[in-house]
This record gives sequence, C-alpha cells and structure tokens, in this order.
Amino acid sequence: MTTPELMDYAEVVDRFDPVLGLEVHVELSTATKMFCGCPTAFGGEPNTQVCPTCLGLPGSLPVVNAVAVESAIRIGLALNCEIAEWCRFARKNYFYPDMPKNFQTSQYDEPIAFNGWLDVTLDDGEVVRVEVERAHMEEDTGKSLHVGGATGRIHGAEHSLLDYNRAGVPLIEIVTKTITGTGARAPEVARAYVSTLRDLLKALDVSDVRMDQGSLRCDANVSLMPSGTTVFGTRTETKNVNSLRSVERAVRYEMTRQAAVLASGGSILQETRHFEEASGTTRGGRRKETSEDYRYFPEPDLVPIAPARDWVEELRGTLPEPPAERRRRVQAEWSLTDLELRDLVNAGALDLVAATVAAGAPPADARSWWVSYLAQQANNRGVELTELPITPTQVARVIALVTDGSLTNKLAREVVDGVLADEGDPDQVVATRGLKVVSDDSALTAAVDEALAAQPDVAVKIRDGKHAAAGAIVGAVMKATNGQADAKRVRQLILDRCGA
Amino acid sequence: MSELTRLTAAEIAVKVQAREVSAVEVAQAHLDRIAAVDHAVHAFLHVDTERALAAAKAVDDDVAAGRPAASPLAGVPLALKDVLAMQGAPTTCGSKVLENWQPPYDATVTQRLLRAGVVVLGKTNMDEFAMGSSTENSAFGPTRNPWDLDRIPGGSGGGSSAALAAFEAPLAIGTDTGGSIRQPGSVTGTVGVKPTYGTVSRYGLVAFSSSLDQAGPCARAVLDAALLHEVIAGYDPLDSTSIDAPVPPVVAAVREGATGDLKGVRVGVVTEFAGDGYEPGVTAAFTAAIEQLRDLGAEIVEVSCPSFDLALPAYYLIAPSEASSNLARFDAMRYGLRIGDDGTHSAEEVMSLTRAAGFGAEVKRRIMLGTYALSAGYYDAYYGSAQKVRTLIMRDFDAAFAKVDVLVSPTTPTTAFKIGERTADPMAMYRADLCTIPSNLAGNAALSVPCGLSDGLPVGLQIMSPALQDHRGYRVAAAYEAARDAAQGGPLIHRVPELEVSR
Repeated sequence: MTTPELMDYAEVVDRFDPVLGLEVHVELSTATKMFCGCPTAFGGEPNTQVCPTCLGLPGSLPVVNAVAVESAIRIGLALNCEIAEWCRFARKNYFYPDMPKNFQTSQYDEPIAFNGWLDVTLDDGEVVRVEVERAHMEEDTGKSLHVGGATGRIHGAEHSLLDYNRAGVPLIEIVTKTITGTGARAPEVARAYVSTLRDLLKALDVSDVRMDQGSLRCDANVSLMPSGTTVFGTRTETKNVNSLRSVERAVRYEMTRQAAVLASGGSILQETRHFEEASGTTRGGRRKETSEDYRYFPEPDLVPIAPARDWVEELRGTLPEPPAERRRRVQAEWSLTDLELRDLVNAGALDLVAATVAAGAPPADARSWWVSYLAQQANNRGVELTELPITPTQVARVIALVTDGSLTNKLAREVVDGVLADEGDPDQVVATRGLKVVSDDSALTAAVDEALAAQPDVAVKIRDGKHAAAGAIVGAVMKATNGQADAKRVRQLILDRCGA
Repeated sequence: MSELTRLTAAEIAVKVQAREVSAVEVAQAHLDRIAAVDHAVHAFLHVDTERALAAAKAVDDDVAAGRPAASPLAGVPLALKDVLAMQGAPTTCGSKVLENWQPPYDATVTQRLLRAGVVVLGKTNMDEFAMGSSTENSAFGPTRNPWDLDRIPGGSGGGSSAALAAFEAPLAIGTDTGGSIRQPGSVTGTVGVKPTYGTVSRYGLVAFSSSLDQAGPCARAVLDAALLHEVIAGYDPLDSTSIDAPVPPVVAAVREGATGDLKGVRVGVVTEFAGDGYEPGVTAAFTAAIEQLRDLGAEIVEVSCPSFDLALPAYYLIAPSEASSNLARFDAMRYGLRIGDDGTHSAEEVMSLTRAAGFGAEVKRRIMLGTYALSAGYYDAYYGSAQKVRTLIMRDFDAAFAKVDVLVSPTTPTTAFKIGERTADPMAMYRADLCTIPSNLAGNAALSVPCGLSDGLPVGLQIMSPALQDHRGYRVAAAYEAARDAAQGGPLIHRVPELEVSR
C-alpha cells in the first residue's frame, strides 16, 4: 500500500472549509447491563458475565435498566437537550458474530434526548458552541479477537474468539449536528469537544470515560468543501480514535488526505476508515458494494419509555455544576491565573485540589502539592494523579502539619513518601519515622551551645555583629538534629546565645 | 385404552388428592397411551418418561405427607409445545437449526407448570418456528389428526391438539401468533384459548412474532382450559410486555357459565366471517351453535367489523417482519446447527450455509417476506401500512365491544384438510387463519370450543372477548359446552374414532 499524498495544512485550510460530525459512544457505569442483570465490570474472564438474555438465547427477553434511562436523561439535560415525552427502542438489523441476536437494540427515529448544545472552550479562550443532534440509548456488542494473521483483524485471521462480556453493556451515543465554520481550528475543536464532553460525563458520574478502555469512543466524520461554498462534500467516518490527541490528529490527517485527493481531481469515497495510532494516519476499510440497510423497526419486546415530566425536572436538579462554570468559579475563589488554572486542569488535578481544599487546606498549598511534588511522583510511577495511593484528606493533613510548624517542607515530603509507601496516615508516618520538628528550645539551645563551642571563631564573628556567619552554626545544628529543627528558630537561638 | 386417559384434568386432580389414584399411575397410563398410538399420530417430538414419573411421584409424596396441593392441577399430565424452553429437554421449535439444542433455563410458563405440580410428559410437534397451519412444516415430519389420520391436525400447534384428541394427555400448552392454538383446537375437536396479549409471560417462548405471540391453554374441556389458564397466567417482570394486572377470573366464569344461563349476555356475530370460502358444514354447525346460545338466553346481534378483511394481509407483513429479525440469531455461532465449519469457510459463509440447510421452505419464505417489508424505501408502504391496519382493527373491536359482550365466528373456514392438500398453495394455507388473526393483531382474548361435526370432522366456534375480559369468553363457552353435551349425549371428543393401538 502506498502512502497517499497529503496536502500541506495551511493550503488545506486556505482552499477548503472542513465540516465535522462527531459521534461519541459512552459506556455507562451502571452495575448491570442494559437489558439484563449481568455485571458490566471491565476485564472479567471471557464469557463469565453473560446470561440467556445478553447471549440472545432463543426465548430470552430484554428488560430495560432503569438506571441507564436515568443516566441517559441526565446526560441529555447536561447537554441542554429536550427530553422525549415518549420514545421507543428499535432494532438495527445486521449480521455480525459478536452481536448475539444479529440485531442491536438501539434507538432510531425516537431518541430519548435531542436538540442540545455544548459550549467548548479552546486553548486561547475562544468559545465554540457545538450543537448536539441527539443522545440515544443502545447496547454494546461483544468483542471479537482474531487469532493468527499479521494484523489482528478479521482479514487473514486463522480463527476468531468471541467474548460476550461486553454484549449488552449500556451505551449512550451522542451525535453532533454538522460543525462548520471552524476552519483551521477544526481538529482543535474536535479534541476540545470530546475533552469537554468527557469532563461533563465525569462530573455527571455516569461513566468511567476511559478512552483507553473503550468506555468513551469517538467516531469522527470529516468532509471538505471548497472555501466559500456551502454544499457538503462526501464524508468519511474514522473509527478507533482512542485518545483526545488522536481525535485531533485523525481530523487533521483526514483533512490533509481528502484535500490532496480532491485537489488532484479525485473524489472521496464514503467509507469507514481506521485510525492508526502509531503512524497518525487513517486507513480505508473493506469497501462495501452496497450501503447497509439496517431495516430498523420498533423493538416489539420492549414497551415505550415515557419519562414523567416531574421526574425529568427532579433529575435536572441532580445535575452537577457544568465543568466550564465550575472552572470559572474556582479560578475566582482560588485567585488563579489563566495559566495556573490550565495547568491544574491539564494535570487532571482540579477535583483533587478541590477535595483537599474541602478538607481544610489553603487553595494555594493544595494546588502546589498536587501539581508539583505529587504530579512528579505520579509521573515517576507512570500512573494518573488519581491513582496515587494518597487521599486529598491526607494531603490536607500534611499541609496542616507544615502550617502549624510541626513539619518543615522537606520533612513534609518525607511524610508524603511514607504515605505513598503505604506506611499509613501522615501522623502515623511522622511517629514511626520520627519526623517531627524539634521544637523543644532547651534541646535546641544545647545543640546550639555545642555547635558554638565547636566553632569558636565563628562564635566570635557573630558576637562581633557579623550575623551572616550564623549560617554555619545553623547548618551544624540542623545536621545534629537530623534536619528536624526549624531553621528560623535555630537562627534566632544562635543570635540570642551570642547576645547579638 | 386406560379409563384414566379419558378423564378430564379436573377429575384427575380430584382423584389424585383423594388418593383414589396415584399421580404415577395417571402419568404411566398416559405414557403407555403415547407408546401405543404416537407412532401413528406423531404428536410428540420428545417424551421424558423418567422425568414425568419423578414429577408424578413428587405429587404423590405431597399427598401422602398431607401437604396442600401445589395447585388445582397437581398431578395432571401435560404436553408442552416444543417452542417453550424447559431445562433438561430439547427445544427444537420443529426446526433442524435447533435439533438437539437444550436451553439452560426454563420458560416462565414451564416454571409455573412445574411449580403447580403439573406433570410434563414431553414436547409436542409444531410447524417450524410456529409458521404454518397444518404442522406439515415441522422438520421432523407431520402430525396426524386423530379424527382422520390422513388429515392435518391444524397448526402450528398440531402436536398439542392432536395429543389431546388422541388421549395422550388431558392438557397441553400451545402458542398462538395468528391462530396456532385455536385453529388446531377447532380441527381436532378440542378447546384452545389465546389469552389477552401480555397476560401469559413470553419469557422462554422462542419468538416468532413478538408483538403477536401468546402462549395459552389447550384441553378437551372448558373447565380444564380455565384451570390451566390460571396456572400459567400472571405478571412476569422478565417480560416487559407483561401486563401487571390480576389474572381474569376464568375458573369462576366457567363455573358460572356451566349453570347454563346466558341471560343478558350480548353476543355479536361477525358478518365478515361468512359466505364464500366457508364450508357449508362449518356454516351449519356455527349457525346451530348460535341458536344454542340464543336458547341459553343470550341476545344475538350481527356486528360488522369491516377492517377484519385487511387482517390477513396486515398479518403477513407484520409477522414475517418481526420473524426476519427474531430468527437472525440462528447463525451457528453460539448454539444449534453448524454447517461448513471445516476451516475453508469464513464465519459469514458458515452462517449462510447453516441457515440455508437449517431452515425449511416456509421459514425462508417468511424471512424473505419480512426482510423485504422492512427494507429502506418499502417500510412505510408495507410494515408502516400494516401497523395502521392494526389500529383500524383495534378500533373495530372497540366499536363492536361497545355494543356486545363477546364476538363469535367460525374458528376456521373449513374442517381439517388432507395432508399435502395445501402445501403447494401458501395462500390457501394462510386462509386457515382468516378468522383468528384479528385477535392477535388487536391483542384481545379469543378461544375456540368444539361446536359439532361436519362429515365426521370437528368444527370450532370462536368466541372473542375484550382485552383482560377473558372470563367473558369462558363463561359463554362453558354454558355452550354444557348445553351441547346435554343435547348430544356426551362430550364431542368422545366421538373421535378409536386409534389402532400398537404394542
């Protein structure tokens, strides 16, 4: 396969206007599946989380998961959608081995939520409003594992294994209206939209939103039209976009690829393309002779869903503060600069800092711990900040010990190390490691006298008023107390003892 | 033939509780009868002697220990249509594609039967996936009508009805999508009831057409059907289309009806279901039954339901559409038949080969019809229009039931036809369900009760009731049954010819 020619990006956006459409699939974090009582936990032994219903055994029937409906409505409300007064499930019919019934129970022309929008803030602060066409409920498929062959794909595989643990896991599909007029910023808008949506879903506590585990998946529809025109070009749909960075790269790549094809007089094939993480390119799928006809019809095994209006309003009351508003509020309350706020958000530390503040720490100290020392520790361990084995409450306690003078910053870092090493709460670490600041003046005075006696020439200098010489004695005292003394206090004692 | 096999279910249950006979003896008598006549009738696809006897023994143990009966049918044998899941037994739906498949779970109906102490003898033959009106579409050979072994026993539940008429079981379960309980009941001289849609759980009933399928009781007597009805009906959270309402009081209605008084009951005769295509013998028996109802005090009026003429074409769009989707799961990937898995074929090819070999002609015909009807560009004209007809039919029923308590018609336009007679003419076959389909499309209750013979073959009277008013039909049927037996000197079913018994 030859690598297709690409057009220089600046030329692309000069000659073409990109049109985007983003489809995001979100796996809900309900305890059980969409239509049966099987657990949804990720990573179980293959085919251990299955039952007659999610295996599509003859005679089995679906029952709608009420929590999934509730989550769908909350997502719809958070996306400023209208919530359907009455809607139905529909069957989407097609044959595929990882789909037990050979139809997917989904929603078609009657989605539970529709006509919404999401404001997306770009890096430079520009706000773009992305309109949401619909959010609908459906069930996930199983997973195929193709064994043998070079690519791990079905083509060329020797055999395939099927795992139905994921079959029937509740999904919400969120579809944007076409996004136009973003020009050169289209890839950035795409990333920012998915990122904002991810934060929103996280705040709603309806999904793990882990792109790496597939609990949030994005399909990017991209087409180009010559600048200044209004008739949409043929689009491609790129799948396997598994990170925020990939969303941006995939859109950008498709723009440069399509532009090159169009500029050379070719035409774009309407197809599904596969994003290759390693090369940052997209690859065409197997071409279908005819477009798939899913033969949608209302699911006769389920009754319509008619969410009561007072229930919808009740759910509206449970919506968390929208992430963008929350950031604005936090920025004001904590007196953060734009840069500080962005660092905090990018480090994924906002929730942690907020929790630390809630546990009594001053915002500046809380922020400083999470974005510097703790971020460094997470980085060293190769884990997310949230995965560090230390809680905001513990961090707040460490900060309190520093504030009241029990710990120096250096000692505090040792205490944190102890907590991270699973040695217990900060106070336990202080006790077992013996890290408390020596604040007993008589003990310190003895150490000061000892140091002055050891360096009589320095003592003379100090008595002569050369206060700067005290540094050498401070160092000796700190050494003698294993660093557990408050250096400022030591300095004061030295000056007192020398009558300076 | 053992006298035990001539008894009604109600009589058996009473005798078992009174220790006049043991449930094991009753079960054995029926198993012996099956062994003696089923080679000729072929009502059963699977008989589980050991399990039936063990279930009967458990009932006897309860009786011996003085424990209260699990239900008014404890110890009564039953034949289960092979479309309902039962653990430990095959569920084939009369199809090669499910030959030897054993479900790992019980249908709700099965569970209710077992909990009630009903003794399941085995699984009965049927048209493949319940598609047919003659049981000739079974992949395992046709069932024969005990009234004339050269004739069909109706379908799709021909096995269940033939088992009753051959005295192989006093009770059976059928499923009715377009008449598959009532039409076999009609042509075998037995009682068949399609309850209100949503009152008997579909969980574990292998779906043909989900919005139409409904399991129901089959018996030789109206009271037995009512007793069985109350065992299997009731709300089931596993079936989302299940109705959370009390089971209609059908047994009480039968007892009321058996007093023979129908004064004040308004009976509507559907004028559309008469004339061309209705055999004179059927019309005569039906007319005589109407006179009988009049004699019992019922007020007889004619009622027109003009949309009923559209029911058959609407049905043949809706049912195949749903079936084309419901039957997609039979793809060789997880269970059932698998053809072509020899390392040279792709999964897609194995699916194709399996479905080509595993499904019979009628099933394929309906999958193709349904696939076409749901296709982009055709949906509105076919499936969409059929749903509109469905609404019109419901309105006709509503209008009719505003004037009368029940509606009546012949159950099917003809008596049992000869095996092979209509296999080459699907439209002629489909017409067997002309009168039964409207109640499937509307979801209301309907039953068939024997109303005489035409040239020695049974004719059925269909009685239709509003949704959740199943007891109305039972009351009328019970009153009619009592009057009919009194006039004719005994139950009609006792006039079925003796079958040749093999040893």
